[in-house]
Amino acid sequence: MSERARLGVRKTYKLFIGGAFPRSESGRSYVVNDAKGRFLANASRASRKDVRDAVAAARKASGGWAARTPYNRGQILYRVAEMLEGRRAQFADELRAAGAGKNAAASEVDEAIDRWVWYAGWADKLGAVAGSANPVSGPFFNFSTPEPTGVVGIVAPDSPLLGLVSVVAPAIVSGNAAVVVASEPAPLPAVTLAEVLATSDLPGGVVNLLTGRRGELAPWLASHMDVDAIDLAGASPDAVRELEEAAAGNLKRVLRPSRQDWSAEPGTARMTAFLETKTVWHPVGV
Amino acid sequence: MRGPRLGDAGVVATETRTSAGELRAFLHGLPGVDQVGADERAARLATRSIKTSAKAEAIDLAISMVDLTTLEGADTPGKVRALCAKGVRPDPADPGVPKVAAICVYPDLAGVAAEAVRGTGVGVASVATAFPSGRAPLEAKLADTRAAVAAGATEIDMVIDRGAFLAGDYLKVHEEIVATRQACGDAHLKVIFETGELATYDNVRRASWLAMRAGADFIKTSTGKVAPAATLPVTLVMLEAVRDFRDATGRQVGVKPAGGIRTTKDAIRYLVLVNETAGPDWLTPRWFRLGASSLLNDLLMQRRKLATGVYSGPDHFTKD
Amino acid sequence: MAFEYAPAPESRDIVDIRPSYGLFVGGEFTGGRGEPFKSVNPANEETLAEIARADAADVDRAVAAARAAYDRVWGPMPGRERAKYLYRIARLVQERARELAVLESIDNGKPIRESRDVDVPLVAAHFFYHAGWADKLPYAGFGPDPRPVGVAGQVIPWNFPLLMLAWKIAPALACGNTVVLKPAETTPLTALAFAEICQQADLPPGVVNIVTGAGETGRALVEHDGVDKVAFTGSTEVGKLIARAAAGTRKRLTLELGGKAANVVFDDAPLDQAVEGVVNGIFFNQGHVCCAGSRLLVQESVADALLERLKARMATLRVGDPLDKNTDVGAINSAAQLDKIRMLSEAGEAEGAGRWSPPCELPQRGFWFAPTLFTGVAQSHRIAREEIFGPVLSVLTFRTPAEAVEKANNTPYGLSAGVWTEKGSRVLWMAERLRAGVVWANTFNKFDPASPFGGYKESGFGREGGRHGLEAYLNV
Repeated sequence: MSERARLGVRKTYKLFIGGAFPRSESGRSYVVNDAKGRFLANASRASRKDVRDAVAAARKASGGWAARTPYNRGQILYRVAEMLEGRRAQFADELRAAGAGKNAAASEVDEAIDRWVWYAGWADKLGAVAGSANPVSGPFFNFSTPEPTGVVGIVAPDSPLLGLVSVVAPAIVSGNAAVVVASEPAPLPAVTLAEVLATSDLPGGVVNLLTGRRGELAPWLASHMDVDAIDLAGASPDAVRELEEAAAGNLKRVLRPSRQDWSAEPGTARMTAFLETKTVWHPVGV
Repeated sequence: MRGPRLGDAGVVATETRTSAGELRAFLHGLPGVDQVGADERAARLATRSIKTSAKAEAIDLAISMVDLTTLEGADTPGKVRALCAKGVRPDPADPGVPKVAAICVYPDLAGVAAEAVRGTGVGVASVATAFPSGRAPLEAKLADTRAAVAAGATEIDMVIDRGAFLAGDYLKVHEEIVATRQACGDAHLKVIFETGELATYDNVRRASWLAMRAGADFIKTSTGKVAPAATLPVTLVMLEAVRDFRDATGRQVGVKPAGGIRTTKDAIRYLVLVNETAGPDWLTPRWFRLGASSLLNDLLMQRRKLATGVYSGPDHFTKD
Repeated sequence: MAFEYAPAPESRDIVDIRPSYGLFVGGEFTGGRGEPFKSVNPANEETLAEIARADAADVDRAVAAARAAYDRVWGPMPGRERAKYLYRIARLVQERARELAVLESIDNGKPIRESRDVDVPLVAAHFFYHAGWADKLPYAGFGPDPRPVGVAGQVIPWNFPLLMLAWKIAPALACGNTVVLKPAETTPLTALAFAEICQQADLPPGVVNIVTGAGETGRALVEHDGVDKVAFTGSTEVGKLIARAAAGTRKRLTLELGGKAANVVFDDAPLDQAVEGVVNGIFFNQGHVCCAGSRLLVQESVADALLERLKARMATLRVGDPLDKNTDVGAINSAAQLDKIRMLSEAGEAEGAGRWSPPCELPQRGFWFAPTLFTGVAQSHRIAREEIFGPVLSVLTFRTPAEAVEKANNTPYGLSAGVWTEKGSRVLWMAERLRAGVVWANTFNKFDPASPFGGYKESGFGREGGRHGLEAYLNV
């Protein structure tokens, strides 16, 4: 009844760069339809310059984010889960629009929330699990500690929420900043997730989210000399070689695409892929 | 550098105007010594391989640097005279062997030693200031010193008050050195730190600067009564100190490791350390001594091996 | 008095260099199909031996041997048995330590003191350490049943020939992989001696294969379809080519590449040890060290005092015959490397930096370069940015800790860094901020098989050594 009585207010789906929601600098957009081909929204179609701006925003944010205490990062990731929980219905609707059945959509939202919670708890444990005190043969204290790689480019998979969360959370929990290219056919949950991130005390620029053509954006991300690593989870198989070749330009850490069941227990591999091990030596003497 | 620059040492007040606060600030402003790094440097220098002609020269140099020492409760005039004879002519079979630098004895035997070495150019070093512990009233220490000098000692090996040093009373240590220096008259003053009791290389460096500022002619590691006695890294730190002190003030101070130096290999390692740390200016008995007793015979044995090509044995050298 | 050390040469008689060497494939020495090449002694340019050159077909043969050994013998072998082979190798290296050290110094030009006291002992330690992992992999933190990757193709540089071989082969074998390794063309001899050690250890044929040759051989190896894992230590330039070549394949890749490490000395540093650390940081192994402390960043308030001591210390460095036990700095490994060092040093002078070397008589024959330092170097100078890989130190100054961090990190490299300060909290503050895989605080150029080593940024990726180093050779 109310639907008849009142015209709904639609959302403009924009990019998420440096904590703000700009349209693409190119002024372009592209049509996003639902699974049945009906118009859903015009998503921003980001350009290479948006990639450039997003990388700059990520670089600017990365130092401060890495310097937060692990406990603080964990709390912020948990806050993301809290904010997601409050928007379950909205995400479920968006997933249904993208083609998921009612139960599947609801359970994917629940899993996505639980995944944030799971990763939130890693923030202050990763250093203990991935680090070590090394028994060297000499009068030295020697320890290895994991540190964030820096700026991670992420070509997100087409699983529009759970897959997205499963690639973004492990990258940032350790202190990296991310530039994410969302699923091309189903970008809307990503933009909504950006709204969640923007209201979760996550510093602006830690996650930057671009919608648009993967084939157009991913090469710029892969070749960008100020991006330290790239996750090719959502790259199409025939684009991988080219992207990896571009990534070799500054020896990015590359996480190749692999067959993934996003609902399975993730393990630590996606976190450790974007960590550097730093080893410190100091003499022991009087 | 923290605190005062090393260069200030040249212009600091004369000894009597040194204040406790200034002294402390200065000594604690010296650059630290990383123990592991110092040990490593000394160990690396110890791998130098000194062969053939270089070894022969090093052995003769080492002999000429020996302060041939006897510091036993059971020392007698006879024992001291025998030692003096050995020091003046270490190898009766070979007059080419240089004489040692000095004979080192307790104060009450300084006269005996002085008599025995008269006219030979071998010095008489006497320990003093309530050696080895240094635990006596200052007046007793000074009397000890004056008596040794009066008996003919040309060099005084004093001990510092390690208790005062470790308690942070640097001024007391300083003043005792100044007073002993005065009591020495023309005799050279060697200041013994007993580095085994100072425990850290930072302390060794501070003690070195303290003693040099107070007028020491030589700084010396140990009494030989406390383990560890001389070590290569401790000597390294002291050699760095005399090098820096000369750079800062223009005054050269000698170094004497003592105790535990028993073999030719040990002695040559010390010479390498001198050569590559303080430099060749210190490679003379005037500026570097080896406090030892059994070392001399090993040097003689190695010397003969080099000369004859045949390994020698202890019974071919006198035990005194 | 002047104390001149007489020559103290290590005896060459302990090594028996054959006139020619073949490839080591399937447990046997075989010929190579390429045009053989010569390995020379860089200290006197004398030809040491003729070495077989592997062409693509030879590489193919070696990979096939490695695959067969992996499938039939080494892969299925229980870890405790693999461990015993590695322990055997460690012991054989110790037994032949002096021979290997002499051989390394002859072929590479490094001082015998270093090959004897650093390289070879670390080689033995590396095999001993990894031997112990072979039957304990389920406890390494990579899951309950980590599997090997398969056949590893490994390409190593000429600066630490046998040590880099150990860094590559020991973890690979411990984890159950088989290897095809290509040593550098200027330093193949110790790798071939190692092949003999594999024979003496009765290592199953094909587990270790050594193919000799230059860049083409290396390329054939890393691009070979039968290789599951590529490990490369060398220049960043070649590392990037390899990363491109591995793009779109299933090959796992680890790269240990160049560096331009900053050695940061604060005004409260233990000065004498800092001087030693700076000297050891840049003149160790003639500066042919990827993690060399080639940029000295010294706080302005202590710069003069430090430089004075540094120059005095450099004047005591003994440059000359690598086999003399008292030599501190040996020969530059090759004419090509010498040209590069000269070229960059001339660039430093042309850009206005002040060049200084101690008085130092260099031998007439062979490849030599005097220990050199440049003062008044700016961040923009080539000698502050490019890896020289020689005994050349660039001195820059800074005023505050933040400036030190900024300058230290202002490079595409990120392999190592040094910090010298007596203040504990500053050590940790600096260590947190330096973007480098290894931070030496109040020490430099320390290596240990238990300590992970590897770079940030364009110094490569992956770690060698320690628990972390196993990951590169496990299918995790």
